[in-house]
Amino acid sequence: MSENGKVSKNRLHGLWALTNRELKKWYKAPIVFLLTIIQPIIWMGLLGKSMNIGAIFSSSQIPVIAFNPPLTASQLGQLNTAFQSLSSSIMTNTFGVTDYFSYMAMGMVVFVTLFTAAFSGMSVVWDRRLGFLNKVLSTPVSRSVIILSKVFSAALRSIFQAAIVVFVAIVFGLKFGTNFTVFSVFGVFAIVFLIGMGLSSLFIAINLRATRIETPQAVMNLITLPLMFASNAFVPINLMPGWLQVVAKVNPMSYTTDAVRRLMIFSNGMGKFPFSPPFDFAYVAIFAATLTTVGIILSWRFLNK
Amino acid sequence: MSEDVIKVEGLTKVFNGSLVAVDHINFSVKHGEIFGFLGPNGAGKTTTINMLITLLRPTEGKASILGSDIAKQNVDVRSSIGFVPQEYTADEDLTGYENILLCADLYGIPKTVSKKRGLDLLNLVDLAPFKDKRVQTYSGGMRRRLELACGLVNRPKVLFLDEPTLGLDVQTRAAIWNYVRMLKKEFGMTIFMTTHYLEEADALCDRIAIIDHGKIVVVGTPEELKESLGGDIITLAIQKDIDITELMRKIEHVVDVKKENGAYLIKSENGEVTAPLIIEALRREGHIVIRLSLTKPTLNEVYLQYTGKSLRDTEESREAVMAQRTTLGKART
Repeated sequence: MSENGKVSKNRLHGLWALTNRELKKWYKAPIVFLLTIIQPIIWMGLLGKSMNIGAIFSSSQIPVIAFNPPLTASQLGQLNTAFQSLSSSIMTNTFGVTDYFSYMAMGMVVFVTLFTAAFSGMSVVWDRRLGFLNKVLSTPVSRSVIILSKVFSAALRSIFQAAIVVFVAIVFGLKFGTNFTVFSVFGVFAIVFLIGMGLSSLFIAINLRATRIETPQAVMNLITLPLMFASNAFVPINLMPGWLQVVAKVNPMSYTTDAVRRLMIFSNGMGKFPFSPPFDFAYVAIFAATLTTVGIILSWRFLNK
Repeated sequence: MSEDVIKVEGLTKVFNGSLVAVDHINFSVKHGEIFGFLGPNGAGKTTTINMLITLLRPTEGKASILGSDIAKQNVDVRSSIGFVPQEYTADEDLTGYENILLCADLYGIPKTVSKKRGLDLLNLVDLAPFKDKRVQTYSGGMRRRLELACGLVNRPKVLFLDEPTLGLDVQTRAAIWNYVRMLKKEFGMTIFMTTHYLEEADALCDRIAIIDHGKIVVVGTPEELKESLGGDIITLAIQKDIDITELMRKIEHVVDVKKENGAYLIKSENGEVTAPLIIEALRREGHIVIRLSLTKPTLNEVYLQYTGKSLRDTEESREAVMAQRTTLGKART
């Protein structure tokens, strides 16, 4: 038992094996897999359809009694038409689209990646607690590969979840923008992959030294909701108070959501938005590259004690 | 390359600046030897193994494996060793075969080689019939065997076993011992193992280092260690209250005679030969022997001698062991 000559000199060996392990743990566990599919459906069904902001501007909301003398049928018809065009122009000015559901659904695409990313932070701690991490560390596999495998698997899972959210949104009545083509979906997958990389690197870096499973849970609770609310996931940035706008304009979630909306639902010349698509992609790509690098550097530092 | 496969000089690990887990230890392991690290929980066994397999950086001192320095050439060390941790680290959601292939990928072994080798290893540890079953469904003994197979996937020259039979039943333990013996015999593998079971150290190891409070107190073969106690003890009682100390001293192999509570404790270099001689001599003098027993020294007595406490006292339930491990784990990070 002493022929060792066939050991690969490739620094990235083991990357696909470890990534594949993470993915197998996910799709081979039927309950976990089912939950990742059901979760976006529930979010969309409950949140998306209950927060029906567009209904506020429907003509049934007109306070008819306020008019004295009462309006004639033709006057009421004119008012209805005027009100509808007013409401659609308000919606378009605020959200860029006439229905809030489409707006929110595309925010949801990005929102679900947050949870997928947060789970990769948890899996670091599990691997440590179960001794799997030590076992991997005793092999010649590169320390950065250990981190990269978790980052890639989270990014790939994010793409899958994004696909499900888009599909569910279409079923629930998503209104595509005039620029939408099938290729737009691939654009969505690309940016979701990038944000998935960045966010999971963030969670992994934070939990790299944690030994208790409570730590990543606390981190998740602390980070996910602020990241979500300080972004344009559900509310446009220009409706926010000034200080929150500052945060939202730094938050990479905002750029991702913006890119997804531009690809999927916005039509030409709609809305006044602070970003442009190439800038969105560049910003999220830089975020992903930076945080992945930070994660790798921290792995050299903290996975070797 | 020298004959010493593992060479350790002044190896020290201090946690959090004050907790001295391993304190300037020196030892070497020869080629093809099973070397045992024996000591109670918390003695520094796992810390030592973690330094040798490059998981922990030594605070002080140095060590080399097959001539590669554990701190400077850690990738070389990792490629040439196998490690079987004390925990069950196989992924429960994957099958046994998938786990082995994963381990092989971590060593960069190409799929064409690992597919065949994985099957061979599963055969070796008698897991071939269960290779496509999820590890979730495996028993403790099966998981331990799978860990062993994973540790062998890169055909290591040196195998590190951390508490290989912790929490296993007697039968499974015996099976693991057989695998370890076979690895030494058939592949000439050098094996470094930690244990806190005396009978395990006695049955398996060619040489043993007893470690206590992070220090090695004695190193030797099990026989040497037992002999260092001075030999077998014969306990003897006769009917009449007459002093026979001088008579006993003249008998062959006897080293020491003590009288305690009306009985004689006779230390002999060779108890089996001495015992009949004693009876004969006493009968010739007309004494009647009412009680005689022969005790061979065990590692427990060796342990008692060198550490001042019985190892049996420190053997605890699996739960207690795990609880202590958690505490230690926290201190280590």
